[in-house]
Amino acid sequence: MSAKILVVDDEQSIRRLLRNTLERAGHQVIEAIDGRSALAMATAERPNAVLLDLGLPDRDGLELVPLLKKEGDTVILVVSARDATDQKVAALDLGAADYVTKPFDGEELLARLRVALRHRGVSETAPKIFRKGDLEVDLDQRIARRGGVEAHLTRKEHDVLALLAANVGRVVTHQRILAAAWTGPEEAPVEYLRIVIRNLRQKIEAPGAVGSVIANELGVGYRLLGDH
Amino acid sequence: MKIFLGAAPGVGKTYEMLTDGAARARDGVDVVIGVVETHGRAETEALVRGHEIVARRAVPYEGRTLHEMDIDAVLERAPRLVLVDELAHTNAPGSRHPKRFQDVEELLDAGIDVYSTLNIQHIESLNDVVASFTRVRVRETVPDSILEQAEIEVVDIPPDELIERLKAGKVYLPQEATRALSHFFSKSNLSALRELALRRAAQAVDAQMLDHVRALGVGGTWAGGERIVVAINELPGADGLVRAAKRSADALHAPWTAVYIETQRAQSFGEAEHRSLAAVMNLVTRLGGVVATVPATSIVDGLKAFLVDARGTQLIVGKTHRSRLFELRHGSVVDRLVRETPGVAVHVLPLEVSADAPARFRMPRGPWGSRRGYMWTALMVAGVTAAASALFHILDLGNVALLYLLPVMAAATLFGLRTGLFAGLVSSLAYNFFFLPPTGTLTVNNPENIISILVLLGVAALTSQLTSRVRAQADMAAASARTNAALAGFLRRLTPLSDPVELARTICEDIARLFDTRTVVLVPNGSGLVVQAASGMDFRLETMEMAAAQWAYDNAAPTGKGSGTLAASDWYFQPLRAGDKVQGVLGLSKDDGGDPLRPDQLPLLTSLVDQAALALERLRLEEDMRDVEAVRTRDRLRAALLSSVSHDLRTPLTAVMAAAAELHHGTTPELIATIESEAARLNRFVANLLDMARVEAGALNLKVEAVDLTDAVAGAAHDARRSLEGHAIELAVPSAMPLVKVDQQLLHHCLLNLLDNAGRYADPGTPILIEAAHSFGMLKLSVIDQGPGLPPGREAEVFETFRRFEGSDRAVGGTGLGLAIVKAFSEAMGMTVEAANRSDGSGARFSLCFPSALIVRNNSPESEY
Repeated sequence: MSAKILVVDDEQSIRRLLRNTLERAGHQVIEAIDGRSALAMATAERPNAVLLDLGLPDRDGLELVPLLKKEGDTVILVVSARDATDQKVAALDLGAADYVTKPFDGEELLARLRVALRHRGVSETAPKIFRKGDLEVDLDQRIARRGGVEAHLTRKEHDVLALLAANVGRVVTHQRILAAAWTGPEEAPVEYLRIVIRNLRQKIEAPGAVGSVIANELGVGYRLLGDH
Repeated sequence: MKIFLGAAPGVGKTYEMLTDGAARARDGVDVVIGVVETHGRAETEALVRGHEIVARRAVPYEGRTLHEMDIDAVLERAPRLVLVDELAHTNAPGSRHPKRFQDVEELLDAGIDVYSTLNIQHIESLNDVVASFTRVRVRETVPDSILEQAEIEVVDIPPDELIERLKAGKVYLPQEATRALSHFFSKSNLSALRELALRRAAQAVDAQMLDHVRALGVGGTWAGGERIVVAINELPGADGLVRAAKRSADALHAPWTAVYIETQRAQSFGEAEHRSLAAVMNLVTRLGGVVATVPATSIVDGLKAFLVDARGTQLIVGKTHRSRLFELRHGSVVDRLVRETPGVAVHVLPLEVSADAPARFRMPRGPWGSRRGYMWTALMVAGVTAAASALFHILDLGNVALLYLLPVMAAATLFGLRTGLFAGLVSSLAYNFFFLPPTGTLTVNNPENIISILVLLGVAALTSQLTSRVRAQADMAAASARTNAALAGFLRRLTPLSDPVELARTICEDIARLFDTRTVVLVPNGSGLVVQAASGMDFRLETMEMAAAQWAYDNAAPTGKGSGTLAASDWYFQPLRAGDKVQGVLGLSKDDGGDPLRPDQLPLLTSLVDQAALALERLRLEEDMRDVEAVRTRDRLRAALLSSVSHDLRTPLTAVMAAAAELHHGTTPELIATIESEAARLNRFVANLLDMARVEAGALNLKVEAVDLTDAVAGAAHDARRSLEGHAIELAVPSAMPLVKVDQQLLHHCLLNLLDNAGRYADPGTPILIEAAHSFGMLKLSVIDQGPGLPPGREAEVFETFRRFEGSDRAVGGTGLGLAIVKAFSEAMGMTVEAANRSDGSGARFSLCFPSALIVRNNSPESEY
C-alpha cells in the first residue's frame, strides 16, 4: 500500500531517517520543518498521512492536529517524547490516529502507519472472530480458545475486547473504553477497566507471554496486538 | 579603639585626641568628628577646624535644646575613624542609648574605629575609690569592659602644672560644679588620681599582654589559680562590694563570680528591694562578672555550698552595722564564715552607703496580718474566757492561765507574729480582768501573776517565730520547686522537637504562660528578623519594636522596656544567645503596657532563655550536619556520575561510531547488531540519567492511580523485551490480587529496571520469575532470576547509586543507576525495596513492597454478567 506521507520535524537527521524508512516501504515522502510550512504543504499536497513531531519551533504541535484534520482526509501520527502521556492523550482526543514514542523503531513505526492507513475512513465494527497465534476469540459467542482451553468472557470483558479488536493495532484511550463499555449515568472508575483487562489477560494471554496480546500504553490506554 | 585617659579634667585629652586624629588623617585615614567639646579653647578649636564634623542632632529637652552626637548620621557617613569626646557622657532622654559609651559600642560593632576621651573617676570599678579620697562622686560611669577592648593612652601632666592651668582659667568646669570641684584639684588628690590613671593603663596593657600570650598558647593560667566570689545582697553598698571584687579580680587576673544567697528574707522583699538587687546584678554583668543565685536556708550555708561548687579561693562579704545584741543572739555571719570555710580567704568590707544611694532604706516590713485573724483571735479569747468562767469553780488560777495558752498558740500559728502577740496581750488582759484578784480591775497584786502574763506573751512570740520560719522555708522550697519544675518542664517539651516553627511556638507558649505576658520569638531570615512564633495573634510589632528586636539581635543585649536601650517600647527583647551566636530574639510585653517582667523574675527568664537558645542552636547544628551530609553525598554522587558518564556514555558511543564507520566498507549483520544494541544501551542510560536527575531535583510529580500489577508487568516486559531476549517471563500473580495506588509511570520504570537488571545478570536461557504475594496486609512483587546472585551480606548495597560489585560487571552494560532509581522511585511512592539472594543461592530476588496504605480494596467492575 503506497501513500503520500508528510513528515513534519525540525531535525534534519530525523527527517532523513524517516524518509529512508518510509521510502523503503514504498511510500512517497514530503517534508516540512515547522508548523507554518506543514499547513501549507498539507493544503497543497493533500498527503494521506502526516507524521507530526509535537516539538516544533514556531508553534505547539498539538494545535496543528485539528488544523491538519480540516485539510482533508488525512491520518495523523504523532511523534512524541517518552513521558509525555498527557500530550499523547490530548493528541488522540483532538483526532490523531496514533502515536510513536521517541526513540522509535522503524518497523514499529511502519506497522502503526499501516494500521492507521487501513482504518482510515472505515467505520469501526468489531470482527466476529479475533485470531492471533493459537488464540481464537469468538466475540459473538463470548468464548476464548487457546491451546484447546475454552474460557467464557463476561459481558464487560466482551465489550472491552470487542472495542479493542475493532481497532486492532491502534491505541484506544481509557476514556473511550470506559465510555463504550460502562454505559451508566456516572463515569466508571479506571479501576474497573484494570480488573477487566487483568481477567482478559488470564483468558487470552499465555502465562509466559504476559502483554503479548494486550499492550498497556502507560497513562493512555490499551492496544490489541494483532498478527503482523 | 583608643581611649585618651586623663587623671582629671584639663590635662589636655581632647587636644591630644584631635592631634592624633589629625596625624591619622594626614596618613590618609578617613577621619571625622562625631562630637568634640572645645569649651571655647582657641587651640582646640583650631584643631577641630581641620576635620570634617558630622552635624549633631538637636534634642529638645525641658525647654532647652541639647546637641547630641547623631549616631545614625555617623553610621551613614561610615568613616574609618570617628572622634568622640567625653566617653562617659549621658545622652539626652529620648536618645537611642542612655549613655554615649553605648553609642560608641555600636559604632565599633559597625566596624568604625573610635578615639575617645575619659577621666579616671568615670571608670566603673574605680568610681568609689576616687570618691573615697576626693569626696566627689560622679554619676556618669563607663564599664571597665570598654577599657579592656581599647588601647589606652594616658594624657599626663604633672599636678603642679595642672593647678597652674586651672588658675590661669584654662580648665573648663561646669558653672554649678566649680565650688564642689575646687578642692578636687588639691595637689594630693591630683597625685593620687594620676597614680590611679597610670596604674589602670598599666593594668590594661597587662591584660592585653595576657590575652596575647594566651592566644599564642604560651600557657599562662590565672595567677595562683585564684577565684574570687563576692556575696551580694539587696542592701545599699552592695555595689561597692562588686566594684571591690572587680578590682581584686583585675589585680590578681582571677575570674570572679557574684553570688546572691536567697534566703527566706527574700519573701518579704518589696519592689524597692527587688530593684536594688537587680541593679547590683546588672552592675556585675556590666563589669564582666557572672551572677549566681543560690537558694538556701541561711547565708552561711549557701555561701559554703557555693564556694565548694565554684572552687572559690577568696570571698568578699560586706559587714552590716548590726547591734551587739543581734550578733550575740545570731552569731556573726562573718565569724561563722571564717570558722567554717577553711582555705578561703575571707575579705570583710564595710557595707558603705554611697553618697548617691538612697540614704534611708526601708527595712522589710512584716505582715500585720489580716483583720479576720484579729477577729478570730478575739473570739477565741472570749470563748476561753467564757469556758474558764464556767469552769472556774473547779479550776485554780494557774490552770486558767494554761487555758489562755490555747488561743495564743493558735493565733500565732495561724495568723503570724503580730496577731499572736495581740492574742497574748488580749489574753493577759482578760486573765487579769476576769480572774486575777482583784477581779474586774486591771491591777495585779501578786508578782506570780505578772509571770503568768509574761509567759503568755513569750509563748506568743516564740510560737509565731517558729511557725513563720517553718512557713517561710516551706514557701521558699515551694518557690524553688516551682522554678525547677518550670525549667524541667520547659526542657522536656523542647527536647523532642525538631521543627523550628514548632520549637519557637513551644518556647512562646511556655514563657507566655509562666510570665503571663504576650510573647514572640523572632529569628533571622536573610536580611532581617521575622516573627517565627507568637503567643496569641492579637498584636503585631510596629517598626520601633522591630528596630528594638533587631538591635537586641545585632548587639546580643536586651532592649526595650526595662532595659537601657530603646526603653520607650512596650516590649522587652532578650537575645537568645548560645555560645557566641545569637539564635534569635525573645520579646515580652504586658497587655496593659506595663513592665513585662518583675526584677525577681529575671533569673528564671534567663535560665529559660538559655535553654531556649540551646534548643535553637541544637536545631541549627542538626541542620548544618544534614547540610554537610547532603553535600558529601552530592559530592560522592557527582564523582561517581563523572566516572559513570565517561565510561558508560563513551563505550557505546565509541562502538556505534566505529561500527558506523565500518559500514562504509560494507554491511555485515554483526555491525548492525552492534549499532542497535549499543544505541539501545545509550538510550537506556540517558533515560536513567534523566530519571535520576528528576529524583535529585525533587521534581517527581506523582500521578497516583489504581494500577493492576499484571498490567504493569505486561507493560514493562514489553518495553524490556530487548534486554530479556533469551529469557522467558514466568508470571505468578494470583488472580485475586488487589490493585495498588501508585504512579504507573514510576512503577513502570522500577519494573523496567528490575527486569533489565535480571536480564543482564541471569544465566542465559533461564526464565525470570515475577511473583506477587499478599500477606500481613502487605503486597510484595518480586523479580527472581537464576544466576550468580548478590555478594552475601552486601545485598542492600546494591541499591546505592553507581554501585556495581567488583567482578559482576560482566560486560553486560549496566549503568549503576537502575537499582538506585528503583529505590528512589519506590520510596517516592511510599513503597520499600528489598534485595536478597534466593534461599538456595541460585540467584537474586528483588522485591517491591507495597504497604497496606497503597492497596485498593476490591472493586467489582461487573454490574451484571
